[in-house]
Amino acid sequence: MSAIRFERVSKSYDSLPVLQDFSLEVREGETKVVLGGSGSGKSTLLKMVLGLIKPDSGRVYVHDQDITHLSERELMPIRKQIGMVFQESALFDSLTVGENVGYRLLEEGTRDLDDVEQVVRRLLGFVGLERAIDKMPSELSGGMRRRVAIARAMVGNPRIMLYDEPTAGLDPITGRTICDLMIELRDLQGVSSIFVTHDLKSALNLASELAVPGTDDEPVVFRPENDDFCLINTRFVILREGRILFEGFDEAMLESKDPYIQEFLT
Amino acid sequence: MNFFIQILADVQAFTLLCLEALANLFRKPRYVKDTFSQMDLIGVGSVVIVILTGFFTGGVLALQSASSLKAFGAVNLTGQLVSLSLVKELGPVLTALMVAGRVGSGIASQLGSMLVTEQIDAMRALGTDPVKKLVTPRMVACTTMLPLLTVLADLFGLVGGWIVSFYTLQLNTSLYWSTALRSLDYNHALEGLVKPVVFGFIVGMVGCYFGLRTRGGTRGVGQSTTQAVVTASILVIVADFFLSKIILELR
Repeated sequence: MSAIRFERVSKSYDSLPVLQDFSLEVREGETKVVLGGSGSGKSTLLKMVLGLIKPDSGRVYVHDQDITHLSERELMPIRKQIGMVFQESALFDSLTVGENVGYRLLEEGTRDLDDVEQVVRRLLGFVGLERAIDKMPSELSGGMRRRVAIARAMVGNPRIMLYDEPTAGLDPITGRTICDLMIELRDLQGVSSIFVTHDLKSALNLASELAVPGTDDEPVVFRPENDDFCLINTRFVILREGRILFEGFDEAMLESKDPYIQEFLT
Repeated sequence: MNFFIQILADVQAFTLLCLEALANLFRKPRYVKDTFSQMDLIGVGSVVIVILTGFFTGGVLALQSASSLKAFGAVNLTGQLVSLSLVKELGPVLTALMVAGRVGSGIASQLGSMLVTEQIDAMRALGTDPVKKLVTPRMVACTTMLPLLTVLADLFGLVGGWIVSFYTLQLNTSLYWSTALRSLDYNHALEGLVKPVVFGFIVGMVGCYFGLRTRGGTRGVGQSTTQAVVTASILVIVADFFLSKIILELR
């Protein structure tokens, strides 16, 4: 069963093609890392999964349900299964961190505020920001805002996560923290995801480490890929001018002789 | 040709947004708390500028009309002229223009900023209809607050007219107030209250429309804000003409 499927999707803005005859499948529990230059349609394809942008032609499926022509109201239950981390976090700047994370629950009319606070604290604890619950987004650093955005996207335990350049512009340590969160969600919770990025280092980390349950002192342990095991739940996709130039594992991508890929990787 | 097609597309999109915002009044969830918060921002927040506008408009009306009325020996009718001009025309229009400048621009810039920082997309992704959450409460707040603000502007305009009449024209206080209030009937009051309802709807919806169609980052937000104020002001004046005509025909 596929979590997300694009079938011959095309999209243009002002007659400028962004995606052309684009087909891609993300299986349950799988992560697709999408690389590509600016304007190659990476963010557009994420927004199509949520129905925020409609394709000009072709079809988009979420959990094998065709969402291409669904109305905003019909899309609401689909969107509840999906969490998205936007490029610049897109936190609501007039709400506190706690209200941002609990937004979906409050909107759904969860009456018990203690329940909402409990969920918010648990998720903020997961991203290591429990102390920031009463802060405003403007008081946080870029990396903290991205982590809050991940916590907000995780409300309701979505089966699909979409990451739009979550590590862009961050220092390597914060980027690594965010990468670890994505690995945890993929390996310990079986979340399917699309990870759009320019950050090759984070992408290679994601494709070469496995999260396993640890001890009480260290609840999660990250094991690097080695001769004993090879990760097959993460594949790379490279876009060029709205088309797929490469699809496969990190090893094949690194060994590719294609000049564009070579240039991209260096 | 493209220009006219663009205008037609804008009119169509604006009409659809208005219809959706109105239809949301009958759909759940209703954002009552957001609506009251907007009423506070739009209504209470505009009280001072509306009072000042009304007060000095009433004053200048008394000052200017008295010089004309003196030629006919009818200075005693200053109160009547001030009250009729204010309640029927200047109160609703000037209040709407002031609110368009303060509130319409605020709505457009707030929604525009939310759009360019992807907060509107995030809202949709989290299962919230932005029209229901952001547009309908602002429309309701503008439509209900503008008539109340207009009443305030009218009241302080009459006071401004009285102060000028009393201190500079040496007009008797009771004469001013009796001519001012006696000249007003039920129809005038109704006209003075129907217009601000329509103007409030225009100011709120135009602000929301331009905010939600913002393109191109912070520069786009600035453009949307300017367009919202200019368009709302023009539409208020155009609507005033047609409303006056309709009300006169209905009498």
